[in-house]
Amino acid sequence: MRTFSKNGTLLGALGLTFALAVTGCGKAETGESDSGSGEGGDQPLNIVFLPKNLGNPYFDASDAGGKAAVEALGGTFSEVGPQTASPDAQVQYINTAAQQKASAIVISANDPKAVGSALTQARDGGTKIVTFDSDTEPQYRDLFINQASPEGIAKAQIDGIAEQIGDEGEIAILSASANATNQNAWIALMETELKNHPNIKLVDTVYGNDDDQTSFDKTAALLQTHPDLKGIISPTTVGIAAAARYLSTSKAKGEVALTGLGTPNQMRSFIEDGTVTEFYLWNPTDLGTLAAYAAAALAKGEIEGKEGDTFTAGELGEYTVGANGEVLLGEPTGFTKENIGDFDF
Amino acid sequence: MSAATIPAYARPVWRRVLLSREAAVIALVAVVYLYGYSNIPYFGDTLTLTYILIDMTTILLIALPMTLVIVTGEIDLSIASVVGLSSAVLGLLVRDGVAMPLAVLIALVVGVVCGLFNGFLVAYVGLPSLAVTIGTLALFRGVAVGLLGTEAVTDFPTSWTEQTSRIIGSTGIPTFMLVFAALAAVFIALLHFSPFGRGIYDIGLSTEAAEFSGVNVQRTKLILFVLTGTVAALAGIFYTLRFGSARGDNATGLELQVIAAVLLGGVSIFGGKGKLPGVIAGVLLIGVISSALRLEGVTVNVINIIIGLLLVLSVLSTSFLTWISDSVSRTKRSTSSH
Repeated sequence: MRTFSKNGTLLGALGLTFALAVTGCGKAETGESDSGSGEGGDQPLNIVFLPKNLGNPYFDASDAGGKAAVEALGGTFSEVGPQTASPDAQVQYINTAAQQKASAIVISANDPKAVGSALTQARDGGTKIVTFDSDTEPQYRDLFINQASPEGIAKAQIDGIAEQIGDEGEIAILSASANATNQNAWIALMETELKNHPNIKLVDTVYGNDDDQTSFDKTAALLQTHPDLKGIISPTTVGIAAAARYLSTSKAKGEVALTGLGTPNQMRSFIEDGTVTEFYLWNPTDLGTLAAYAAAALAKGEIEGKEGDTFTAGELGEYTVGANGEVLLGEPTGFTKENIGDFDF
Repeated sequence: MSAATIPAYARPVWRRVLLSREAAVIALVAVVYLYGYSNIPYFGDTLTLTYILIDMTTILLIALPMTLVIVTGEIDLSIASVVGLSSAVLGLLVRDGVAMPLAVLIALVVGVVCGLFNGFLVAYVGLPSLAVTIGTLALFRGVAVGLLGTEAVTDFPTSWTEQTSRIIGSTGIPTFMLVFAALAAVFIALLHFSPFGRGIYDIGLSTEAAEFSGVNVQRTKLILFVLTGTVAALAGIFYTLRFGSARGDNATGLELQVIAAVLLGGVSIFGGKGKLPGVIAGVLLIGVISSALRLEGVTVNVINIIIGLLLVLSVLSTSFLTWISDSVSRTKRSTSSH
C-alpha cells in the first residue's frame, strides 16, 4: 500500500510541475497553410496516401508512384496507415488528415462503408477524396482510380495464351473458388473473347479455391485428364503460382504454357527458369502515380470529378473520368524476362 | 512497528486520494493533453477531443468489467471475439429484416451467453481463465466469421448510426459518453462502495481467505464474466453502428488494447489491486498520446513502440519502487533491532 503512494507521490508531483510549466502557453498555432481556411485555389498542395496497411510491398510500390508525382507537382506527400488492414484504424488517419486540412486523401479502403462517414466529414472540410485499388461506395469519394477493366484483364490473358500456344489447341482455366465474383466475370469475358480464336478449345475449368495445395493438385489432375493440353490460364495469384510450381518440376515444363494474373515476386523464379513466358497484372506504381495526379487536379480545382473531365497524369498521359467517377489506369501490364527485374511487389 | 511502516489507510483520506497511483495517471493525462494543446497544431480543437473519445469508446466500455475480472486475478481474452460476434449477429438480423431494437437486444443476449459460457467453465468447472478464454477467443471469432463469411452488412438505419457521432452541444463530448458515464458510475459503485466489490478484492488477494470470510467466489466470478460478455456485446453494437458495417472480423486484437490500458491504469495482473478511475485515465492516456503522435505525423509503428514502452515502464516503476521500499524498511528494521 505504502509503496503505491510513494510511487504516486513521485509521479504526481512530477506531473503537476510539468503541467504548471506548460499551461503557461496558449493554444498551438495551426501553421500558415490554413490561414483563412476554405479559400481553395492557391493553397499549398498537401496529399496524404492511406493504403490498406503499411509494410505491404504492393502499396509500397503505389505509394512510391504517388510520392514521385506529388513531388513533381511541388506538393507535400505523406504516407500514413494502420499496421493491419482494418477499417477502424483507417478512420483515425482520415480524421487526422481532415483536421490538418489535407488537400486530398488517396485511400485504398479496407471496407467500402466503414470509412464512409469519416470521408464525408473530410470532404465537408474541403479535402478531396480519391480511392484506388479498393473502392468505397461511390457517394463517399470524388474519384476511383480503377486498376484494370474486366474486359482488359480477360483480353490480355486470352491474347497471351493464344500467342504462346500458336493460336490453336486445348486450354484449361484454373480459377479461385466456384463462386468468386471477379474470377467468374473474367472467365465469362474470356469465353466471349475466345470467339476470336476459333482454333483454341477451352476444355475444362477447375477450381483451386485460392488454396496453394488444392491448386497444385488440380493442376496435376488437369494434365492427366487432358493429355493434349497446350495451355493453362489462372486468373488468380494463388492459382498461377501453384500451377507454375507444379509445371516447373513436371515433364510438361515448356510443353504446356501457363499465364494468368500473378505478382512479380511470386513468379520471378518461374519466369527465370522458363516455366512461364508472360503473365499479367497492373502496375501498382503507375496506379499510385495516376491517383496522385487525379488528387492534385481535384485539389487545384482543375477538375470536379464529373464524367468527361480530363486531366494529365505526367508521363502517363491524358486521362478522362468515366461513368461513376471512375478513371481507368489502362491495359494490364505484361511481365516477362525482360521487365520483371524492374518490379518488386 | 516503526513509523515508516504505518499503513496507507491510516493517513487522512484526502492525502491518500491525492497521492495515489490513480492521481499520477490522471495527472499524466492532463500533462500530455496540455502539452499537445499548446504545442501541437489542431490538437486543441474540440474535434480532437471528440475523436479521442469516440475512438476509445469501445476500450473504455470493456475496460470497466475487465478491471473487475483482473482484480479477482482472472482474465478474459475473449472480449474482442464477443465484439465481433455481437457485430455479426446484429448484421445478420438486420440483413434479414429484424427491427433494430430487437436485433440490438438479441446481440446483447449473445454477449450474456458468451459470458455465461466463460464464467461457467472458470467458476464452476474450475478451469484457468487464461486457457478458457484463449479457447473462446478462437471459438467466438470462428462463429462470428462463419455467420457472415467475407460479407459485410452495411444497411443500418441512419437514425441509429447517427447516434454514435452525436455531440453534446459545443463541448466536443460525444453524447454516447453519457452511456459510458452511467456505466462507469455503476461499476465504480459496485467495485469500490459495495460488499460485492470488497469480495472481488478479497478473491484477488487470496481465494481461500475470501471463501473463509463468506465471499461466494464461484457466483462472483460467474457474474463478472457475464458482465464482460455483456459489455463487450454493447461495445460491439456501438462499434458496428459507428462504422455502419457489421463484419465477423470486427475489432480483432482489441483484447490486448483493453488489457494494456487496464494495466497502465494501475491494476495488478496478479489481482487484488487497482481502481477504476485509474483505469479510465489509463485508457484516455493511450488515446491522448496516440492522437497527439498521429497529428505530429508519427507512424503507427512508432506509436505502438511508445505505448508499449510506457506500459513496460509503468509496470517496471511499480515493481522497482516496491523493491526499494521493501529494502529500505528491511534496513530500518534490522538497524532498529540492534
